[in-house]
Amino acid sequence: MKCNFADTLLQCYFDGELSGRTAAEFERHMQHCAHCATELVDLDLLRGSLQLTQLYKPAPASLRRTINAYIHPVAPGRAVSQPLLWHWLAAAAAMLFIGLVLWKASPGLRSDDYQAELAGEIVEAHVRSLQPGQMTGITSNDERVVQGWLDSRTSFGVSVRDFANRGFSLRGGRLDTIEGRDVAVLVYERNGRPINVFIWPTREKDNPPRTGARQGFQWLDWRKGKLEFCAVSEADTADLERLQELISTSAQISRESH
Amino acid sequence: MSELELADRARFEQLVLPHVDAAFNLARWLLRGRADAEDVAQEALLRACRFFRGFHGGDARAWLLQIVRNTCYTWLEKNRPMELSMEFDEEIHLQACATPETLAIAGDDRERLILALETLPPRFREILVLRELEGCSYKEIAAITSIPIGTVMSSLSRARRQLCSALANSSTKGAVREV
Repeated sequence: MKCNFADTLLQCYFDGELSGRTAAEFERHMQHCAHCATELVDLDLLRGSLQLTQLYKPAPASLRRTINAYIHPVAPGRAVSQPLLWHWLAAAAAMLFIGLVLWKASPGLRSDDYQAELAGEIVEAHVRSLQPGQMTGITSNDERVVQGWLDSRTSFGVSVRDFANRGFSLRGGRLDTIEGRDVAVLVYERNGRPINVFIWPTREKDNPPRTGARQGFQWLDWRKGKLEFCAVSEADTADLERLQELISTSAQISRESH
Repeated sequence: MSELELADRARFEQLVLPHVDAAFNLARWLLRGRADAEDVAQEALLRACRFFRGFHGGDARAWLLQIVRNTCYTWLEKNRPMELSMEFDEEIHLQACATPETLAIAGDDRERLILALETLPPRFREILVLRELEGCSYKEIAAITSIPIGTVMSSLSRARRQLCSALANSSTKGAVREV
């Protein structure tokens, strides 16, 4: 004989969807209803066979890889696409113009306030680079590829090193314009956060690192071997200091080996 | 190229990526094939990524599975429209419901269970997968499938009975073949 309870109540009870009181009521009912008791066993057997036969399959690794690559766009040797290039050129031209105006209008600016102004511009350039699709001019974790790309576009020699084994993975490089002059930018990644290292030639003597913060970003600036470096990131200053040491040490070694 | 902001990227990884298995599994059962499932699950995940900004908290698994489900149905409409109009003939199939014995036997026979599950119409199949394999509550199933909770209950009940009888049928056929 079919029981009126059987259809929905029994199923809700089995799926744990009944409130405590209703569940207790149903349990009392079941003591006298063979039909419901049997149905419950059937439902349980069905669930058991569905779960025991391992019908649940994990997603293939290729699917995970594709999604990860989409979220973290790093493709070796991929050049910047055409519309973005124009975007960069337009931005560079605007910066050049502003740079020239600033240069002419306020020669006194290039003194004590110089560092603050410079840091401001560099942080802005860093923020710009975080906009979607504008991460890098060349995206590659191969130091030779990035080296070649930068060498063909800059007149000052920048030595490119990947420090992935020390926790700073090379992600690429690009050109930017700071205060109206071309600067090379090396892009590293530390714990999922990008670090931009801006590099340009200088005539000033070597200078130990100076740090500061602006708009929630840390910067660390130093001069070595006629080049000025400024690293910017959301990362800790301690991380920037480690990267500074790695870059300075590797530059030393490559100079000595030549 | 990713259209996610950096902060969103971390949130997406934290909230949505743990459910990649669930996404693939649902697609696999709705489309009944691994290769199609991978393509469609990928499409759904990329779509989730693009529209992640529109996700304002709540149950990320339900949100993702909803996208997977919609993407699967759109794919089925385009590639296998016949399947969506497929209705289970309860008159024929419900003659004999499975007894505990036939179910116990079915437990040893994976192929037969898969086959039985695949003969169900997609709407019943998905509700069983969400409940039995994914462990979703009625409320979550209602959110994912956009059907009222009452309908979730009745569909689940019918889906279970249909699976029972599909198994019973296949076991009778199997017995005949063996003889």
